[in-house]
Amino acid sequence: MSESSSPLRRDDVAKVARLARLTLSDAELDLFTTQLSQVLEHANDMNALDLADLEPTAHPFGLTNVFRDDVIRPSLEPESFLSQAPDAEGGRFGVPRILGEAP
Amino acid sequence: MTQLPNGWEMVVGLEVHTELLTKSKLFCGCENHFGNEPNSNVCPVCLGLPGSLPVLNEHAVELAMRIGMALHCTIAPSTFHRKNYFYPDQSKDYQISQYDLPINANGYLDLPDGSRVGIERAHMEEDTGKTTHVGGSGRLAGADRSLVDYNRCGVPLVEIVSAPDIRSSAQARDYAAELRGILIATGASDGRMEEGSMRIDANVSVRKAGEPFGTRCEIKNLNSLRSLQRAIDYEALRQIELLEEGGTVRQETRHWDEVMGETSTLRVKEDAEDYRYFRDPDLVDLAPSQAWQDAVRAALPAMPAERRAAVVATLTTPTSAQLDAVEVVIDLGLERFVHAVVAAGGDAALAISRVANELAANPEQATSLDVASFVTTLSMELSGALSATQAKDVLATLLANGGDPEAIAKAKGYEQMSTDSLGAIVDELIAANPDEWGRYKGGDDKLAGFFTGLVMKATKGQANGKAVVAELQQRR
Amino acid sequence: MKTAQQIATAVTTGASSATAEVQASLAAIAARNDELNVFLYVDGERATAAAAAIDERIARGETVGPLAGVPIAIKDNLCQIDVPTTCSSKMLEGWRPPYNATVIDRLVAAGAIPMGKTNLDEFAMGSSTENSAFGPTRNPLDPARVPGGSSGGSAAAVAADMTTISLGSDTGGSIRQPAALCGIVGVKPTYGLVSRYGLIAFASSLDQIGPFSKTVTDSALLLEVLAGYDPMDSTSLNEPAPSLVAHVNDGVAGKRVGLVKELYEGSDPEVLASVAKAADALREAGAEIVELSIPELSLGLSAYYLIAPAEASSNLARYDGVRFGNRVDGADVTAMMEATRTMGFGAEVKRRIMLGTYALSAGYFDAYYGQALKVRTLTINAFAKAYAQVDFLLGATTPGVAFEFGTKTKDPMAMYLNDVFTIPTNLAGDPALSVPFGTGEADLPIGVQLLGPGRSEATLLAAARVLEIADGRP
Repeated sequence: MSESSSPLRRDDVAKVARLARLTLSDAELDLFTTQLSQVLEHANDMNALDLADLEPTAHPFGLTNVFRDDVIRPSLEPESFLSQAPDAEGGRFGVPRILGEAP
Repeated sequence: MTQLPNGWEMVVGLEVHTELLTKSKLFCGCENHFGNEPNSNVCPVCLGLPGSLPVLNEHAVELAMRIGMALHCTIAPSTFHRKNYFYPDQSKDYQISQYDLPINANGYLDLPDGSRVGIERAHMEEDTGKTTHVGGSGRLAGADRSLVDYNRCGVPLVEIVSAPDIRSSAQARDYAAELRGILIATGASDGRMEEGSMRIDANVSVRKAGEPFGTRCEIKNLNSLRSLQRAIDYEALRQIELLEEGGTVRQETRHWDEVMGETSTLRVKEDAEDYRYFRDPDLVDLAPSQAWQDAVRAALPAMPAERRAAVVATLTTPTSAQLDAVEVVIDLGLERFVHAVVAAGGDAALAISRVANELAANPEQATSLDVASFVTTLSMELSGALSATQAKDVLATLLANGGDPEAIAKAKGYEQMSTDSLGAIVDELIAANPDEWGRYKGGDDKLAGFFTGLVMKATKGQANGKAVVAELQQRR
Repeated sequence: MKTAQQIATAVTTGASSATAEVQASLAAIAARNDELNVFLYVDGERATAAAAAIDERIARGETVGPLAGVPIAIKDNLCQIDVPTTCSSKMLEGWRPPYNATVIDRLVAAGAIPMGKTNLDEFAMGSSTENSAFGPTRNPLDPARVPGGSSGGSAAAVAADMTTISLGSDTGGSIRQPAALCGIVGVKPTYGLVSRYGLIAFASSLDQIGPFSKTVTDSALLLEVLAGYDPMDSTSLNEPAPSLVAHVNDGVAGKRVGLVKELYEGSDPEVLASVAKAADALREAGAEIVELSIPELSLGLSAYYLIAPAEASSNLARYDGVRFGNRVDGADVTAMMEATRTMGFGAEVKRRIMLGTYALSAGYFDAYYGQALKVRTLTINAFAKAYAQVDFLLGATTPGVAFEFGTKTKDPMAMYLNDVFTIPTNLAGDPALSVPFGTGEADLPIGVQLLGPGRSEATLLAAARVLEIADGRP
């Protein structure tokens, strides 16, 4: 339980920002560290509880096995979205160079 | 198989991704089709547009179950999780996959050599889009920019993860080949590695026998069974060299270069990527009913191993050449034809040989071949009425045009000479060559060839060699 | 002023025309939109054309639908083909969806006429509409105060009589709270009753689309049109739309009502007084009031502020500048994504993405997100226990009346506390509504909240009708 009650460190926040693809200024890093800590403080009242016997809830009304039939439905006209793409070339979406392989 | 030096042993696990043969994608109705115009098979769902939601393709679940059953897995209630990471070919910047509760788990695959490889899981997930790279000779490294096509994004995949039970590159290859045969047999996949509908990554490590597992490297870009085998051998030796020099193996992903014949570093796995898996709240739990599972199991076709065993059972003491021929028959899917031929009285060994060799060039044609005609051709060859060469020729004509084998043989001039007419010619030649006949009668067997040659000349090659010898011996 | 139901009748019978109604709506919008910043986009041309088409069909004797010719305002987190949809964010400024949300299709099929897109807190994250990238919306009853959020624009549209009905979305109270602060009716339906297809996701397991209206009957009417199974939404309940309008005047005789301490304690005195008077009104109408305590409800806030941001952090990952929306260039794709997201998202959105990403990360999952999901189960069980004793619950919607701009923006927790009475229902997936009852400080409206078990909308609307009458709006 100690993990959750230790204060959030600036380092942690910086790491999270990278994971979330957000650039934070120093001032923002400090502010977020404080603000997020406060929210997580509140979360500690949950952590005081022993909820080991409870199952997490999936759908509140227990829906399962929802399917669609394997039929083909019309796709979008490429123009409808390519015309609004930030960068489109030859029917494809353009992006600046990718530095690493997919994880 | 490359022998590893100094008591080293390789430990290999394979991850195989296969695209499923559904009409539509996993979570939307876009067509699941290779090779269309870029971004012509996309919709708000697979394009990840704001507000879109996934709905699970029922047939994909059925195909996943078939795969699980063919691999002797337990089919269990499962959930879909989100695997969160940013990458341009991932339209939502998360992939819908399965995590701690996969649909299929704890199975195995028996290989033709009798060894067994454990299957840890075979779970469902969606495929990504495809990127092409501009500049830098088309490869990722050195490209200026990339272009993304999402036609493949959302195509259903099953990922099959083996246990690290494989101990040689040959075994790895056998595993991959057998798995491919199974995937095709279930109807779930077309197993086309060259088209990317089946992709293999290999995890390779080395150790001295009896020691704990070493650090493993993941090898990607294996586009054929041959690459798979070569890459594993290369990597095992690379790691051994490194360790024997006192170095350590770094856990990393490596890329196989088919041309250079080596693996090279793609990415060092220092910080394992944090995927922040959590259950996808847009989907509900999957629990295929027992009735559904039973129906799928009952309809499961025979797997290659079963089919192979059934054909082998028609042979008395199969030689290794015959077993190879059986393999070809199974690969071509022609065992039903072989069984029909054997049931109609055809000789099993000869049938298998002819199917594996002569019929292999055009298996579709083969399935429309008349069983009775094929059986007749086989017996004509066995009785000596046709030589092997002649039989193959008759067969080729039968394949192309159909017809009656005896009529075809006659039309080609292959018809068996009647014993009377053959006997008459032999008598003539004996009379014309008394000295030679005397020597043959006296025990000089070599002269059988002399007389056979004369008979062949006299009959313009139409006489059957065996029949000639029979006639000579009769008159001895 | 006509209600939506009355407009539909009038248009259908020829007493009015769709064109006239749309013109009236456009005039009302023009009169106050500059002042209040309700609509981010007014779809005048399309609405006028739609009205003309409906009038033509009526002239030909066709049946148009239960909302024939009724103008409606649409919260700007709902996709409407070719209509700018921004979620009040710079990220999506200028984006026009190539498809319709299911609810839009249903509205149009019922004859309703979308008038344009209303302002919200960016990506539905907030309780005051102060988090909009395009300026806040002002409360029509007192423009120095907030209309509430996140569906502030849609609430204000109805409160300012620009339209009689509007659509909002509710994840932690975003329909009910603005309804209370603007003095109108707002309903959050049972989770899964209304399709989420085309609702730009905030927290997938909590979001629901719902109606705003001046009258209870109008909300019932609108909800009937919106509700029912949608094969495009896997979480959609596989049931047809319930009958609601027919039961609006059923009353509450014989019903047992739970007055839940945790759903009003700590509120301003006037709010407490309204809740007490509402209990009296229900009692007078034949219901039995039972005082209840559901202590588990106090955990709701913490669980919500982990579950919602966690899901949001994943739902908002797709805003990366690759396929749609506004892009800020970068030397490589990662730099581009970072620059795009840093520019495109406001502070509150960033804060919640950060919180959510943290709650899901390796090492913290069990302590935060995992634990919150169990608190959710605890909440569901607690409500279920209560509903075994009573038919529905009564409480406050918000602790106070509409507050002034800037008074709660310094400290996020202060803003989050606004949702303390509304959040538990979202966690449980149950329906709840806010109905105006009484006034407070500066004569500003107060809303009381009715909560019920899954699929109890008819009961809640009937009870709301009783309160509506008791509060002087027969």
